[in-house]
Amino acid sequence: MDNRRVKDARQEVISLRKVWASYDDRTVLEDVNLSVKPLDFIGIVGPNGGGKTTLFKVLLGLVPPTRGEVRIMGERVKRGRRHVGYVPQLMGFDSDFPIRVWDVTLMGRLGSRGLVQRYTSEDKETAADALRRVEMLDQRDRPFGDLSGGQRQRVYIARALANEPSILLLDEPLVSVDPRVSSSIYELLKKLNRTVTILMASHDIGAISSHVKTVGCLNRRLFYHGEDMLTPEMLELAYQCPVDLIAHGVPHRVFPEHMTRERD
Amino acid sequence: MIDAIAEALQFGFMRHALAAGVLVSVACGIIGTFVVVKRIVFVSGGIAHAAYGGIGLGYFLGINPVLGAIGFSLAAALGMGLVQRKTRERADTLIGVMWAIGMALGIILVDLTQGYKADLMSYLFGSILAVPSSDLLIMLVLDLVIVSVVALFYKELLAVTFDEVFATVENVPVTGIYLLLMVMIALTVVMVMRVVGLILVIAMLTIPAAISARFVTGIRKMMVLSSALGAVLMIAGLWLSYFLDLTSGATIILFSGAAYLLSIVLQPLFRRSRAADRPRRTRVTLP
Repeated sequence: MDNRRVKDARQEVISLRKVWASYDDRTVLEDVNLSVKPLDFIGIVGPNGGGKTTLFKVLLGLVPPTRGEVRIMGERVKRGRRHVGYVPQLMGFDSDFPIRVWDVTLMGRLGSRGLVQRYTSEDKETAADALRRVEMLDQRDRPFGDLSGGQRQRVYIARALANEPSILLLDEPLVSVDPRVSSSIYELLKKLNRTVTILMASHDIGAISSHVKTVGCLNRRLFYHGEDMLTPEMLELAYQCPVDLIAHGVPHRVFPEHMTRERD
Repeated sequence: MIDAIAEALQFGFMRHALAAGVLVSVACGIIGTFVVVKRIVFVSGGIAHAAYGGIGLGYFLGINPVLGAIGFSLAAALGMGLVQRKTRERADTLIGVMWAIGMALGIILVDLTQGYKADLMSYLFGSILAVPSSDLLIMLVLDLVIVSVVALFYKELLAVTFDEVFATVENVPVTGIYLLLMVMIALTVVMVMRVVGLILVIAMLTIPAAISARFVTGIRKMMVLSSALGAVLMIAGLWLSYFLDLTSGATIILFSGAAYLLSIVLQPLFRRSRAADRPRRTRVTLP
């Protein structure tokens, strides 16, 4: 039994077993199980308040689960999270903050340098390389606050990449980004997915499900079966509203019907 | 004019005042930059007024009021810092309460103290013209401490100021760094209070940094520019008060305030677009 668990952990990039989380008395995550395999590209959809952000906070060690076990690369969260590149929502940023693109990107190297240590030339090369991968290297001296939403998101992705992560965690990265820009970011993520496992939260099922490999639905409980097809029942359970699925032999492509029917 | 300045410099108190102005500017330029970009001006106000309670306690116990102020402001800074880190919600209310209690406690404790207490006014409005050499030495040491701490922990301070969540994920000791910043604010507040007074502490912490933010991008540049600017404003305000025979602390602040307003007018000439001029992004919660 124990041996098998160790072997499983090696194959899994992220594993959540029977994870519960709550704020005060309100349960936000209920018995969540998830097994992320190398080079997965998983989209987590679900209604707002469904627990997507809490799930990410649990994965980043910002909210301790009340029950259950979380492992990243087989390690406890606080150690395992050094393998994670975290890309936050755009909303929280104060656009008055006087900082250049380059200094934002370098922060991705924080985890590799201890207190008091300065960034090395190696750190700077890694950061420059990360900016090159998101095609923002020529913007390195611009004030971060002057960038457009899509450009800022690219810099956040570069900052995450500068950490040389095995996993990218993106929390609603495309909120307030226009569709043309967001499809170019999806292209970028697809390219990055050749070497990095990606877990991404979004409330936009239509957009996300046509770009990711698999989709899970989260509304307190997580409905995710990896290889299996998404079923309308899963989405209904998660969203508590009817969603039509078209999956002509191509699993996990989900097209929500415009919400005309109401569920009582 | 030159003669008048030379004449003024004959006075030891005037030389001391100029030195104090420069020393205070360095601390304010560096710490004020963090206060302004992290938007914790209100916290520094709370610390300053809590310090007043410490001055009252110093008089009451018959010890050096500055020691009382340092103790109280450090306690307030650490308390507020921890409350803000742990609860997040309603921190501003708590700061408001501490602000008021600190001030009231100071006044009551001074009331209860027997004897001479005319010196109390100097903590409200400062006494830049009566700074003793021992205080200059303390300020110099404090400046050196602040410069070295910020130089050593620069990347962590920047990360915690810019994005606490990301810093946490990168295993930066966020609470420790934040409390370190709070302690530096507290020490700076006490030092500035000696020079321009409790009421004007906030002005010296914010005005030079706020002007600098309009013209440069980058925390390091902002610190250098605010320190230099602070020194210029201090010295110019001091001369103005000397020649016009006005209260020095208040004159320095009014002069700095005028410079701030002028910077708003002049800014378009230096930079065409700056994020600071755009309406602030409001947080939107999607349905």
